[in-house]
Amino acid sequence: MRIPDIAPGAKVLALGHYQPAHVVTNDDLAKTMETNDEWIQSRVGIKERRVAQEESVEDMATIAGGKALAAGGLSPEDIDLVIVATCTLETQIPNASAVVAHRLGIKSPGAFDVNAACAGFCYALATASAAVRGGAARNVLVIGSEKLSQWVDWTDRSTAVIFADGAGAAVVGPSETPGIGPVVWGSSGDKFDAIEIKDRADFLHQEGQTVFRWATTALHPVALEACARAGVEPSELSAFVPHQANLRIVEAIARKLGADKAVVARDIVHAGNTSAASIPLALSRMLERGEVRSGGLALVLGFGAGLTYAGQVIEIP
Amino acid sequence: MAATEQEILAGLGKIINEITGIPASEVTPEKSFVDDLDIDSLSMVEIAVAAQDEFGVEIPDDQLKNLKTVKDVLTFIQG
Repeated sequence: MRIPDIAPGAKVLALGHYQPAHVVTNDDLAKTMETNDEWIQSRVGIKERRVAQEESVEDMATIAGGKALAAGGLSPEDIDLVIVATCTLETQIPNASAVVAHRLGIKSPGAFDVNAACAGFCYALATASAAVRGGAARNVLVIGSEKLSQWVDWTDRSTAVIFADGAGAAVVGPSETPGIGPVVWGSSGDKFDAIEIKDRADFLHQEGQTVFRWATTALHPVALEACARAGVEPSELSAFVPHQANLRIVEAIARKLGADKAVVARDIVHAGNTSAASIPLALSRMLERGEVRSGGLALVLGFGAGLTYAGQVIEIP
Repeated sequence: MAATEQEILAGLGKIINEITGIPASEVTPEKSFVDDLDIDSLSMVEIAVAAQDEFGVEIPDDQLKNLKTVKDVLTFIQG
């Protein structure tokens, strides 16, 4: 028996994203439910969100994935593994990753989906990094894509004001030096019912206070451990990109992390909570706007239903 | 020795001031968190977490929704 040459490291080579064109403002929501702009902004920090019209999870993933390939100067032939992180497919079969790979012209890659809800992108990224370093794949296309709008009750102000649609993608490839730090991941299955869709006819429900308490008390140790395991001080981070769950959660974790020089992602203000898409979407948009520099270190931290969480330090492409 | 009601009230006033910006002097026993102090459900969670750190008494979420007034919290913390 033998094993292939193993890459010393893996890194994110490029990013891409897609947002539906349709913007839904807080004033739009106030027309159909008991809420208003001030109520929404003070509780979750969102001003507007994007809602897919015709686009499916696979459509958004394909566009974001194609952009990441183009940004990295890579062609479909370079990719041999596709992982889509999503929890909002319209149907369970087939998976999104095989469909997306086919549409992008990627011939016969390994293809599987990851469901770790809002933590999904970080789980997929860790898996991609391990696949590259272990010789199971050369270049991996990792995509977070979500259409939460089709699983939300649009009369329920506790969820409809929060969740949104979009996609973000990263290409992960080999590197001489580490560009993706060790993942710190875990779950709290005792809180399985804090965020759930009970059956096919149901919508997404969230125990807001339970999730808020967990997110603001249990996750900063995960963030600090991800830094420690990568040998990076929080003060060395140039960006902190947590899942865009709620601006108050983002800011609470950021305060406790104490990464004084880091730009903190606040993409939720204009993008809403897009679950597994939120981290690559936010980072890709920050890079596009010039808010973060290539080569800097970013801490990414996903967390959500399960409850699940995962975080790691990455080098910004 | 357990903290007196006055000491808990003073500590609670300080916590609420730090989290919401409401002057501690406005945090008096008869005040309703929602109707008088305009404190939302997520800030209540932050107050409960800070109160646990300060007084060593856990206020679970299912109990938190029953605590309508400052007096209710004082009574809960005093056990």
